[in-house]
Order: sequence, then structure tokens, then C-alpha cells
Amino acid sequence: MIAAFIHRAVMQGIPLLFGATGEIITEKSGNLNLGIPGVMYVGGISGVIGAFLYENSLPDKSQANGFLAIMIPLLACLLGSFLMGLLYSFLTTTLRANQNVTGLAITTFGVGLGNFFGGSLIKIVGADVPSISLSTTSRFFSATLPFAKDLGWFGEIFLSYGFLAYLAVIIAIIASLYLKRTRSGLNLRAVGENPATADAAGISVTKYKYTATCVGSMIAGLGGLYYVMDYVSGVWSNDGFGDRGWLAIALVIFTVWKPNFAIIGSILFGGLYIVHNYLNQFFPFIPVDMSTQELIKMAPYVVTVLVLIFNSMRNKRESQPPEALGLPYFREDR
Amino acid sequence: MDNKTPAISMRNITKAFGSKVVANKNVSMDIERGEILALLGENGSGKTTLMNMLSGIYRQDSGQIFVDGTEVHITCPKDAYELGIGMIHQHFKLVDVLTATENVALGMQKKTTGPNREIAKAITEICDKYGFDIDPKMKVYNMTVSQKQTLEIVKTLYRGANILILDEPTAVLTPQETEKLFAVLRNMKADGKSIIIITHKLNEVLAISDRVSILRKGEYIGTVQTSEATVQSLTEMMVGQKVELDIERPDIENKELRLSIENLTCLDRYGVKALDDVSFDVYGGEILGIAGISGSGQKQLLEAIAGLQKAESGSSIKYYAPGEKKESQLVGKNVSEIKRMGVALSFVPEDRLGMGLVGAMGMADNMMLRSYQKGGVIFTDRKTPRNLATKIKDDLEVVTPNISTPVRKLSGGNVQKVLVGREIASDPTVLMAAYAVRGLDINTSYTIYHLLNEQKKKGTAVIYVGEDLDVLIALCDRIAILCGGKLNGVVDGRTATKEEVGLLMTNIEAGRKEAEA
Repeated sequence: MIAAFIHRAVMQGIPLLFGATGEIITEKSGNLNLGIPGVMYVGGISGVIGAFLYENSLPDKSQANGFLAIMIPLLACLLGSFLMGLLYSFLTTTLRANQNVTGLAITTFGVGLGNFFGGSLIKIVGADVPSISLSTTSRFFSATLPFAKDLGWFGEIFLSYGFLAYLAVIIAIIASLYLKRTRSGLNLRAVGENPATADAAGISVTKYKYTATCVGSMIAGLGGLYYVMDYVSGVWSNDGFGDRGWLAIALVIFTVWKPNFAIIGSILFGGLYIVHNYLNQFFPFIPVDMSTQELIKMAPYVVTVLVLIFNSMRNKRESQPPEALGLPYFREDR
Repeated sequence: MDNKTPAISMRNITKAFGSKVVANKNVSMDIERGEILALLGENGSGKTTLMNMLSGIYRQDSGQIFVDGTEVHITCPKDAYELGIGMIHQHFKLVDVLTATENVALGMQKKTTGPNREIAKAITEICDKYGFDIDPKMKVYNMTVSQKQTLEIVKTLYRGANILILDEPTAVLTPQETEKLFAVLRNMKADGKSIIIITHKLNEVLAISDRVSILRKGEYIGTVQTSEATVQSLTEMMVGQKVELDIERPDIENKELRLSIENLTCLDRYGVKALDDVSFDVYGGEILGIAGISGSGQKQLLEAIAGLQKAESGSSIKYYAPGEKKESQLVGKNVSEIKRMGVALSFVPEDRLGMGLVGAMGMADNMMLRSYQKGGVIFTDRKTPRNLATKIKDDLEVVTPNISTPVRKLSGGNVQKVLVGREIASDPTVLMAAYAVRGLDINTSYTIYHLLNEQKKKGTAVIYVGEDLDVLIALCDRIAILCGGKLNGVVDGRTATKEEVGLLMTNIEAGRKEAEA
């Protein structure tokens, strides 16, 4: 039962991990991309469109090629979320629009775009239910190691996920090493902390902001792809993604802008997100009614608020957001 | 190239901002290798602008720059670095959450620098060579101001600078730290580096430099050997001849004590004493000038009176309302309490748009910022401020399409008129104006002087912080001179000479001697 809970918690956590890693990279450049929920949503629907086109191009679904079934949705997802990141960068860095307003607009826009295409696909298929199923492609995404089932609880906790889950962890570790160990990561942090200083040191602030935001969006978009293709087994229904995008942004604060912390943090958040379903199993002697469950659903947010309070009180410089987060940079101001 | 070629030669450099303000006019000067050159001048004499052209922040309008005898075109800070010119600005360019090593590594290719531990080693080597003391692993936010400055110098040296420009490096340092810095600068000089130090502190010029170049109002006055210079001769070159300005100075009878400041001490944001035990009186019906090099505590003084700056214990500012003998203590009260007590302190901040006015709002709305509390319970009174705005527009000839045009779109002079006009309209008993004519043309300046004189005639105590000594001497009844946060003397505007005030501004010793005499 515990193993099953952890398994579900990890499944819940992976989209958050993608989103948080992407947002951390973005925020390290000083861009507060509140459009992440929209970006992840677009990442999801782009993958769905890719998978839909691929499945429909096959004369017979049993002929599906594993490589293409993965690469086409993956590339479609990366392209979709890249374009969203590019749009955000263009608006905030080149046109110097307000980052908060732009981010919220991107979220609204992304969700709308996703629902438009999702609705269209459902209409094209003419399904009875308001959803579209891409089980053929999804099978390749959720494929696990064949021997995982034979390893009992160990297999269930560590080996029972699709490849995107492991990719999320690898990306988070790479992002962490990139920020901590490489010269380019150092430059990126300088851009987010103090763009004027970075500029004076010969670092192209614009280039870093664009690159970090676009790469960050692509990573976040993979979270949307994982959700559709693996977590819900290829069934797209409009607004199914829920508030996971916002949870990813909360996770960024929770992990104090550290991608390696986000690995554990995302599983914790995933657990908190679903724990209300398991309370009756864990504590059969305490009756938990529906309204209590709703209260417990806010646990991840409460934890984030507590972390925020704790961090402000401790006032450790390393745990603070990048100093220039949310501020536009004008070279003339130096 | 032989040893006679100067490290840098500047020829006929001219730089103007906009059409009116000429920051540098036909400046020609040389910097030799292995010397420390002091660049001396009053505020606004164009020292920093001139040096910014060497470091690639500005580009000269005309004139040539030669490095080691070859003409160069410096268009960005990177060009300057490549020519071996490094400038240490007053505002440090460091990232707080990074270590010393990481700050040095910023923007450098790993190919050329090697990994961070190589850089740390190089930092230690530079430190050993010149006598710096810095821990490569230390985070910048843990550093003192002096350590940050050291890091800036090390960073510049690491990037291969042979010519270092330091912009008022001692402004933020304690005397001990200054001594340490000077020792390091001497070591670097012995190593053949050229150092330019921008300053207006005469004792430092005499202590550290080999030669002194003097700028005055953007023009090059001359260069002298430090060994042949005295405080007296340098002051004369710096302030120049007295200029007759013909500003009226009405005489007022029955001046009454308005403010009595005793033992006022304030700390700046670094915890350093910005004002140190300052005591003087301010009378209604007079204009009291405050003179001093910028950053000598003028800002803290005005803000302490206005209740914006916390005063240390033992400080006292007593206020005497007009016609009353009763005194009230201003220290420890906040801005609105000071207001509620009936004390009308009107404040023209140094930064016109930053603190005084809201750029995006029109004249009328900016008037309302002062009077919004006077309206009804729910709705504010919009009519009075609108009338006031119209009146100021007409009286002071503010050039604006209408009173709802955002003040941001107005020219500097007009913004200043709006601000001063609004403060005066509130009928203050104490009017404080800081740099009220900064950036204004002659005519507008005279309008402002006239307004201040009008207030003086009405019995208002006017405190005027200015940077132009000629104006201070012509306008003010008395001039209090601040030097390094200390009151270095109060002189009578009618009898004071420019040299006298200039000396008091730059030299704390002179003030002491005068006090003894």
C-alpha cells in the first residue's frame, strides 16, 4: 500500500518536476514566467496533435513504430512550448512588457489554445465522450522495464515509470550541475541577479534571457507531454491538466530555486496532492469525509507558504529569489 | 615606443549631454606610465564624464584618445579592457550572491581562464603581489565596502589592466581603509601601472599623487606637480575666480529662531556616520546655505529634519513655531507627526522626479499628493489642486500643454518649477530646497532664487543646499559648511570668500584652525 502510494506520488510529481526545472532555469535569467501553466498546457496539446497526426497516418495501428511514436509527439511538444517561451521572451525582453501581466496572458492564451485544438480534435474524431484517446502512442510512452513487476516493492517504487519520468530526473540533475558548475551557468545566474554587472562583464543579457526562457519553456512543456501521454494514458480531455502548472511554480519557491531539490520536492508535492485519496486507507479508524478531503488538497500550497515564511525569516541570501527577478533591464540605466 | 610616450593622451576632448550641458570642453591631458595622477575638481566639473570616455561608457563628441601613442576608438567597456584600461566605479559592479572568484570569472571563457580554482590561485597571487587581502571563497554579500572595492581592483588587474581609474575610491572608506588602499596603489605604481584617482579631497591628493590635473566646469585648468602644490594653490585652481552674479539678497529685520539643531548624528545605510555631531541654528527670515562636497551629509541633514532619516540618540532638533516661545522636539517623530504638529516642512528632494513628483501624473494630481487629506470623507477635493496647478502654471510660466499632461514629459526646468511651486504654495514655516537649480538655465534659476527670497521676506526659514559656491555666497545670509559629515564652520554670506568656503569644504583641518583662532 505504501509502495502504491509512493508510485502514485511520483507519477503526480513528474509533471511538476518538469515544470519547476523549466521555471527555475527561466527565473535564473531574471524572467518570472507566470505563463508556465499555459506553456505546459501547450506542450501537452502539441504532443497530442503530433501523436494524433502520426496515428492517423498509419493504415493500421498495430504497425506503429516505437521510435516515430515517441519522436513525433516529443518534437511537436518541444516546438509548441519553445514558441510559447519565444513569445514570452519577445514580449518581456525585447518589448519590455511587464513580466507578470505577460505571464498571466501566456497562461490564459496557452490554456485557450490547448482547449481550442483539443476541442477541435474531439470534434474531428466524433467521439461520444468529450475526450480523445491516443492509446497506441501512449503505450510507448508508458512502457516500463519488463522485469519491473517481478521486483516487488522495489520495482514498483523505482522502476515502474515511463522513460519521461527518468528524463525529468536527469534533466533536473543536469540543470543543477549546469547552474552550479559551468561558466555559462554562472553567467546565467549573474544575469538574473544583476544584469548591469553581467552586461559590464561582457555577457549578452538578451541572449541569456531568451535562451534560458525558451529552454526552460521546452523543459516545462515536457511536463504537459508526460501528463497526457503517460499519466492519463493518452486520453486528452479539455482542462484535464488542472492546476499542476501553478503547483510547479509553487514548487520553485519551495525548492529555493534549486533543481536538485525539486526532485524530492516534486515527489513530496505529488504525495500531498493525492494524499486525501489515501487517508481512509492509511487511517481507517479516522473517518475522513469529502469536505475534509477538499481541505487537505490545499496542503502543497500551505507548505509553500510556510517555506516562504521560513525563508524570509531566516533571510539567507542563497535562499532568496534572483535579485533582478521580474525587473526589465535597460542598458541606458547603468 | 619609448618611455617618453604617455600611457594615455587625450586631445581636445569635448562631450555634451543634450544641447545645453557641456560636460567636457576641449580637454587635453596626459597620463604617464608608473604614476599616480589625481584628477581634481568640484562636483559637476566633468571628472567622471571624462574618465567614462576612457572606460567606454561614453563616447566623446570630438577629440582624440591615444594609448601608448596610437590613436584608439573606445566604443564599449570591452574595448577599454582590451586596451588595458580598467575603471572602478563608485557603484560596484559585483553580484552579491557569488563568491569573489565567481565574480572575477564572470563573462570570461573557461578556455582562457581555466577552472575556478585557477582563478582563485591567480587572485591570491595578485593579492600577494600588491598587498591586497581578500578571500577568494568569500561571498560578496559578506564583504565590507572596502573588501568589495578591493575585489573590483583585483578583478580589473586580473583582466590585465595597466591603467586603473578609480572614481572617488575613498568616499566609502574609513581612514584606516584609505591608508591601506593608498599603500596598495603605491605598490601598483612601483610595478609600472598608471593610476588615475578622481577625487575632491585635497589632503588625499597631496598624500598619494605625483601630479594633479584640475578640471573646473568641464574645462581643463592645468596640471601641477604635487610636490609643488599646496592646499591653498589647489583650492584656487579648483574654485577659480569669483563670479559676480547679482542675485538680490534682501535684508530682514527681527529674525526669529525657528530650528535649533544640537548634536545631530545620523548613520548612512552602511552604518557609517553620515552626520557627526552637527549643531547649528536656523532662523526665520533668512536663507541658510549648506555647502559641502556631495555626500558630506546634506541628504541626511535634510531628511533628519523632515523626519525621513533616523537620528541617533543624543540628537536634538528643536522647532519653534512662529510667534511662540514653546519648543517641540522633532527627533523621533515621523513625517506625518511632524506635519500634524503644525510644522510645515517643505521639501524639494535632490532627485526631483524620484521623490518629489509622480512622473506619470499631471500637474493637478501632483498638487493633490500634498492635499489629499484635506478632502471630504469619501471623495477627495479635486478642485483646489486644479486651481493651484493653474496658478503655478501661470505664475511660474511652466511650459506644459495643460495641467493634466504627465510631468514626466516636461523639461527639467519646468519639473523643478512645479515642485518648488507646490512646496511654496503650502505656506511653509521652514522650506528646504536641495539642488533646486540643478540642470536649470540661467533665467529659470533666477526665478527660483526670487521665489526663495519671497519666502524669506515672509519670515520663512529657508535652507538651501547648493553646489555652486558663487550662488551660495550671493544668495545666502549664512552658509554652513559640511565636510565629511561634520559641521566645518558657519560663515556669513556677505563677507565670505570662495576660497574660504572651498577650503572648509575640502579640509577639516582648516575648520579646526578657524575655530581655534
